[in-house]
Amino acid sequence: MTDTALPAASGAVQPNRRQTKLEPWQDPGEAPYVRIEGVSKTFGAFTAVDDVSLSIYRGELFSLLGGSGCGKTTLLRMLAGFEQPTAGHIYIDGVDMSEIPPYERPVNMMFQSYALFPHMTVEQNVAFGLHQDRVPGAEIRHRVTEALELVKLAPQRKRKPHQLSGGQRQRVALARSLVKRPKLLLLDEPLAALDRKLREETQFELVNIQEQVGITFVMVTHDQEEAMTMSSRIAVMDAGWIVQVGTPAEIYEYPQSRFVAEFIGQVNLFGGRVVEDAADHVVVAADAAGTEIEVSHAGSVPIGTRVHVAVRPEKMAIAKDPPADPRNAVQGTVDEIAYLGNASIYLIRLADGSMVRVTAPNVTRMTELPITWEDAVHVTWPAFAGVILQT
Amino acid sequence: MSGRRWPLFSLMAFGYAFLYVPIGLLIIYSFNESRLVTVWSGWSVKWYGELFRNDQILEAAGLSLRIAAVTASLAVVIGTVAGLVLARFGRFRGRTLFTGMITAPLVMPEVITGLSLLLLFVALEQAIGWPGGRSATTITIAHVTFATAYVAVVIQSRLVGLDESIEEAAMDLGARPLKIFFVITLPIISPALVAGWLLAFTLSLDDLVIASFVSGPGSTTLPMVVFSSVRLGVTPEINALATVIVALVTTGIVTAGILLHRQDRRRQHDMQAAAAAGGRAADLARV
Amino acid sequence: MSRKGFLPLGDRLSRGAPALTASGLDPLRRLWVAGAALAGRLGLSGRTLVIALPYLWLLLFFLIPFAIVLKISFSEPLIARPPYAPLVEWVEGAYLEIRLNLGNYLFLAQDSLYAAAYLNSLKIAAVSTVLCLLIGYPIAYGIARAPVTWRMPLLMLIILPFWTSFLIRVYAWIGILKQNGLLNNLLIGLGVIDQPIQFLHTDFAVYVGITYSYLPFMILPLYATLERLDPALLEAAADLGCRPFKAFLTVTLPLSLPGILAGSLLVFIPAVGEFVIPALLGGPDTLMIGRVLWNEFFNNRDWPVASAVAIALLIFLVAPIMAFQHIQSRQQKADAR
Repeated sequence: MTDTALPAASGAVQPNRRQTKLEPWQDPGEAPYVRIEGVSKTFGAFTAVDDVSLSIYRGELFSLLGGSGCGKTTLLRMLAGFEQPTAGHIYIDGVDMSEIPPYERPVNMMFQSYALFPHMTVEQNVAFGLHQDRVPGAEIRHRVTEALELVKLAPQRKRKPHQLSGGQRQRVALARSLVKRPKLLLLDEPLAALDRKLREETQFELVNIQEQVGITFVMVTHDQEEAMTMSSRIAVMDAGWIVQVGTPAEIYEYPQSRFVAEFIGQVNLFGGRVVEDAADHVVVAADAAGTEIEVSHAGSVPIGTRVHVAVRPEKMAIAKDPPADPRNAVQGTVDEIAYLGNASIYLIRLADGSMVRVTAPNVTRMTELPITWEDAVHVTWPAFAGVILQT
Repeated sequence: MSGRRWPLFSLMAFGYAFLYVPIGLLIIYSFNESRLVTVWSGWSVKWYGELFRNDQILEAAGLSLRIAAVTASLAVVIGTVAGLVLARFGRFRGRTLFTGMITAPLVMPEVITGLSLLLLFVALEQAIGWPGGRSATTITIAHVTFATAYVAVVIQSRLVGLDESIEEAAMDLGARPLKIFFVITLPIISPALVAGWLLAFTLSLDDLVIASFVSGPGSTTLPMVVFSSVRLGVTPEINALATVIVALVTTGIVTAGILLHRQDRRRQHDMQAAAAAGGRAADLARV
Repeated sequence: MSRKGFLPLGDRLSRGAPALTASGLDPLRRLWVAGAALAGRLGLSGRTLVIALPYLWLLLFFLIPFAIVLKISFSEPLIARPPYAPLVEWVEGAYLEIRLNLGNYLFLAQDSLYAAAYLNSLKIAAVSTVLCLLIGYPIAYGIARAPVTWRMPLLMLIILPFWTSFLIRVYAWIGILKQNGLLNNLLIGLGVIDQPIQFLHTDFAVYVGITYSYLPFMILPLYATLERLDPALLEAAADLGCRPFKAFLTVTLPLSLPGILAGSLLVFIPAVGEFVIPALLGGPDTLMIGRVLWNEFFNNRDWPVASAVAIALLIFLVAPIMAFQHIQSRQQKADAR
């Protein structure tokens, strides 16, 4: 994620190739590797997935992110072939998957429960898929060893699943799904069953492994932090719809709807009406908050449109003195302070009763804190901080 | 705290005594010398000798064992398929009726099952000339029918407890449904298959009422022999037979229990060791 | 975390995949595909065939027999083989004659013996069920509260008698209950009574026999629900000031209701139709419907009346059987979660 923002850093090795390949979705000449076209899935009267279209490119680690029941798992299971779309088509590497059963798809899945075969050893589990394809014995041994070394489980190869720890089981599941060299690897909440510390380590490990093998990953998760740190791109889902697709930075910095803004991270929303629509900025009168908000880099929005302006808490500043510019500033009293160590969160109550959340880094020592409960304060933010949301 | 538990303990003791005193007395009196079962006149094993010279009982026992073995094997096949259908096939036309036909035999009074099967066999014989009189075959069919229901319930509950994604994983890795069933599902549920077989075997071996309806001349099972001799009164030979059965069953159950228990303990032990090892690895990683 | 491009290793790895999927077109496979296509055209999938095996077996040997019982319950007895008249007959090849004979049912209704037998069966089954519950509940509760290592052996001891012969367990009570049996000898020896009491061949003996034989069926479902009960619930009740017995009445008992119901039905339904126990332990006046059916069939050779008795019994039992199925399916849904 950091490297997408800093192409120069990796450019030292293979400048041209890297830069063009880095964001294949930006390249009109690049054909999508997985194409989901108008796919819907209904169970009786319930619509789990509603007219979803997506393009996923070769080598991506693509995340489907959403709350429970948003349809992300159903979409994943349709990619694997366990569910048939009610409408629409799925193409993988140009081949229509409609008539292809799960056992013939060039797709493998890592299950949330890992679904290891309890009666087989680690080695037998990993070799299972190769046996199904009648791969010669010598090659099976070679590839199983390779896969187990990749996930650092070679010493445990003769163990049975119940003799492994949770993290080890997770890696067996990964090796088992990688060893067939699928065109597409599906991961259903791959880290959900691990405890917090192990989960963080495994996030890095999983990304490293993906980079080593270069297989396209599609991951389902409800954990936005996990999606942000691991993914090349994220599709945010809600009620069977794809609400927004983009890189982690795009999703965070430029949410296109209130749902995405509120689902990813914390956000302050100010309701208002557009009063000025200039070439390089838009001004919104936020009467309830008692201010006018200037938003630069916004597209054209007709005057009079009712909109919300989203501002992230860490892009706001808090001060006791009134600002010079009355725009992009609200005033209120400090209601709550949460001290997190590296930063503090302030909840400011505005005159209309609504709350504004500000995150301020603790650059000075807490004991010297100039702002405390019930102080009257001014909250300000720069014009580039706001995002206009029409839905 | 423990002082307050004696009423529960005494109630439990009473319950277990109620279950075991009659069987215990039966065993003790099988070693009674006297023909009068309730008058104790000294230890003897002569009734066991009589039992093993009683051709009628031995023949009936042999027939019962044969019927039970065939019944158990067939019931495990049909019952496993039925359990699989119930646990894994979701909705299909006629599912409600199917579920009904699986659970109803569990509680259906035996006289009804016996009578209805007999009337079926008679009607079939009139219509197509099969099964050609009542025999061990008709008893086996009748036993398979009700034992299948028990096996299906055992298998179904095992499958419901089995993570379905294990089978999906096999399919995802390229195995076809039939292969998944034989290579993944069956090995995992094999203890339930054994339990189902033993259950069907016992049910068949134990059945008097249904067998009486559908048996013909020459197909007299052990319970039928026991019943007719018990009706005439208590005989020490039956006591001896009862003791033999109790001894066999107890040995079998206790052996199975110890084996399962040991396996279970080993699994627990393995899991603890793995958890401990995992914990240590995490400690090392932190250093 | 870095997303450093897409290494050539990936191209190498995924190039293996198309070769794998295309490898399967050998003749055997083509035959299989053709067979599957044919079956598909006939409307038969593998799925249908799998369902068909147990379905047809149970249809033929469980459901159709009931239809035949129903049919024969409407026909007239004959001295013949088989001993009943056909219901449907072609009279001189001209027209179809259907004789629906309600006589068997009228006979059941008019002879007070049958009504008494039905009522007595219900009474005996109900009393035995209550006895099973009274004896079984403390045992199930005790096992569920016992230390984990003790639970399996204690449960095994409950199941063990079930695996020994049912007939022999009933038989064991004859020796205990008869005129000069062990119970009377004991009571006389203790000086409680002077004359032996008639235990055997009474309703009392039938209660004892049914309770004894069906006790495991009560204990097992009870144990299953009690074991699942979170002990923290009782601790919470105690913490909130509830005394142990009150906590039992207000927390444990209501939560074990599904087990009580399942166990009771598992005892009650087969007990209503019980034959062996009243035949061996009951007296000549212990009328139970299973015994009546048996006598109509084997002694009187009146198949139509026996069938009518079976149908009437089934009608009595339809409601409890459906209740049992309802509980079973709900239990399975709970297990699945």
